Amino acid sequence: MGYPHEPHSKETVVLSRYFGDKSARSYDGWVERGGYKALKKTLDMDPAAVIDVVKESGLRGRGGAGFPTGVKWSFMPKEKNKPHYLCCNADESEPGTFKDREIMRWTPHAMIEGCAIAQHAIQAEVTYIYIRGEFTEELAIVEQALREAYSDGVLGDDAMGSGKKLDMYIHRGAGAYICGEETALMNSIEGKRGNPRIKPPFPAAFGVFGMPTTINNVETLAVVPHIINEGAEWHNSMCLSNPKSVGTKLFSVCGHVVKPGNYEVTMGFSLGELINDLAGGMREGRTLKACIPGGSSVPILNKEETENCILDYEGCIEQGTMLGSGGVIVFDDSADMVYQIMLLARFYAHESCAQCTQCREGTAWTTRILERILAGKGKTEDLDLLLDLADQMTGKTICVLSDSCAAPVVSGIKKFRDEFEAYINGSREPVLVHG
Amino acid sequence: MKETGEYQPVFEGAVRKQLDEVLKKYPTKQAALLPALWMVQQNKGWIPDEAMSETAEVLDVTSAYVKGVVTFYTMYHQHPVGENFVQVCTTSPCNLCGAEDVVSALLEATGCAALGETSPDGKFTVIEVECLGACGFATPILVNDDFIEDVTPKKVPEIVGKYRDGKA
Repeated sequence: MGYPHEPHSKETVVLSRYFGDKSARSYDGWVERGGYKALKKTLDMDPAAVIDVVKESGLRGRGGAGFPTGVKWSFMPKEKNKPHYLCCNADESEPGTFKDREIMRWTPHAMIEGCAIAQHAIQAEVTYIYIRGEFTEELAIVEQALREAYSDGVLGDDAMGSGKKLDMYIHRGAGAYICGEETALMNSIEGKRGNPRIKPPFPAAFGVFGMPTTINNVETLAVVPHIINEGAEWHNSMCLSNPKSVGTKLFSVCGHVVKPGNYEVTMGFSLGELINDLAGGMREGRTLKACIPGGSSVPILNKEETENCILDYEGCIEQGTMLGSGGVIVFDDSADMVYQIMLLARFYAHESCAQCTQCREGTAWTTRILERILAGKGKTEDLDLLLDLADQMTGKTICVLSDSCAAPVVSGIKKFRDEFEAYINGSREPVLVHG
Repeated sequence: MKETGEYQPVFEGAVRKQLDEVLKKYPTKQAALLPALWMVQQNKGWIPDEAMSETAEVLDVTSAYVKGVVTFYTMYHQHPVGENFVQVCTTSPCNLCGAEDVVSALLEATGCAALGETSPDGKFTVIEVECLGACGFATPILVNDDFIEDVTPKKVPEIVGKYRDGKA
C-alpha cells in the first residue's frame, strides 16, 4: 500500500500489505499472517528444487541490476565442501530509494524468512544482514525479530525442527554508500575499508571470507516466501508489459509530488500514472519537468519521456534510462536542474571510495565545474569538458559509482542544456558564491 | 586525536564479553572490527587514537590498519562531538523539499556557528549528510540514534529544545 498513505486501487499489494501495521512486526503477528509456512515447506525440499521454483518465477534482483535471482543462486557450487554464505543487502542508500527500510520496519520477518529460504537453497549456514549505520530504528526492529526467530526455533541449530543449521547475524555499516556495492559490502563484513573488488572472481566462487557467497537485496528476498507459497506461475503471470519483467515492485516516489511514499505496482505499470495518479501529481500550479525513475544513478528523463515510460527493466531502457532500485525522484518546473545535478555529483564525489583515478578525480572535478557554473563563472567549453570527463568516467573503473555520477550529468546536459547555458551566459543569477 | 587525561580501556568487563559474543559470529577476528569500533564510540562518544590501538591489539591487526578503516567510514568520529550529534540529509530529493532551510533552522536553534562545529554550550554538533534513505519523509534528521522524519524549519526549535533539556 502507498505507505504512508492509504492503499490505492491501482496498486498490487504483496510486500507492502502490512506497511504501517505494527502488529505484523512480531513473530506471533507474522505467523498469524501466514508467516514461516513457506520456510517450513522449503526445508523439506531439495535445495535444487527451491532454486528451480525461483528461476521459474521470473524474479529478478530488486536492488538495481535486475539479474535473475534463481540463476544467481544456481551459480553457487552444488558440491558442498566449504562454508557458503548469504549476504542480505540492507545498505539502502541510493538517493531516491526508501523501500527496504519499510520492509524492515514493518515486516522484518518477511525478510528473515526470505533469507532463510535462500540460505537453504544455496546451502549456506550463515546469513549476514548488512544494515546501513544510519538505519537505527530498522536495526533495533530487525535485532528484535532475530531474537524472536531464534527463541521460537525458526533459526539456530535445528531450524523449524528440520535438523538444519541456519544462523543469521546483523552487520551494521558505518556510513559509506559504496558498501551497497556487493563486493564492497563483503569487504566491509570482513572488517575492511569498503573498497569494491575486481570481478572476476565472482562472489559465487570467491565471496565473503573467500567462500562461495550470494548477495541479494532485501526486497528480492522478501518476495521469495510469497513465491514459495503461491507458486512460480503466480509470480510469473503478474505482468503488464514485457514478459521478462514480472511480479510486483515497490517504487519509492519522492521530490515534488503531493503524496511521496512507497507504491507497489505490477511490473509494466506506467510511470506517468504512478506520479500523477498514485503519488498525487504535482503541487498546485506546478507542472512536471523531469524524473529520475531508478535512483540517482540512472539517466534523467524529461517530461515527455517520463509520461511515456513503462516501469519495467525493458521499458526504462527504451526511454534511455534504467529501472534501477525503483527510487523515483520527481522534479517540477520550479527545480533548478543544474543545481540538482551538482548536488548529485557532490554526492558521488563524497561517496567515491577513491580507489580508481577516473572516479576519485572525475567525481570531484565534475562537482567543481558544476559549482563554478552555478557561481556564474562557467565557460561555454565547460559543457564539453563535462561530457568529455563523463566519457572518461564511464565503463573504466572497478565498480559503477563513477558511471553513476556521469549518468545524470550527461542526460542533464542533453535534456536541459538551456539551463546550463543560462548560468554561463549570465542570463541567470548565480546561486553559489564560490565556484 | 588523543583523549585528554589518562586513557581508560574499553574492552574490559562487560564490554569485553560483548565483544567475545560478536567474535563468535565471524570466522576471522578482523571481521569484528566494525562492531568493535561501534562499541568504542558508544563508550567514549568518539574514537580516540588510543582506542584504535587498543582495538588493534584485541583483534590482532595493526593500529594503522584500524585507522585506515576508521577514516573510511563517515559515522565514526575521529574527534569529540557535541552531546547531541545532529545529521541532516541535504541530498537532491531532500533539497527539493527544503532541506537547506532545515539546515539554517538547525544552526540557529542549536547555536552552532557553522556545519561541523560544536555549539558553545557543547550541547550540539550539526552536520550535513548524504542521503539518509528516507526521501519520502523529507527532511529526515538523525539526532544521536533517533531518526526523525518530516522535519520542517517550523518543527526545529521544539526538537532542539527537547534535546537541549535532555527530555528527548
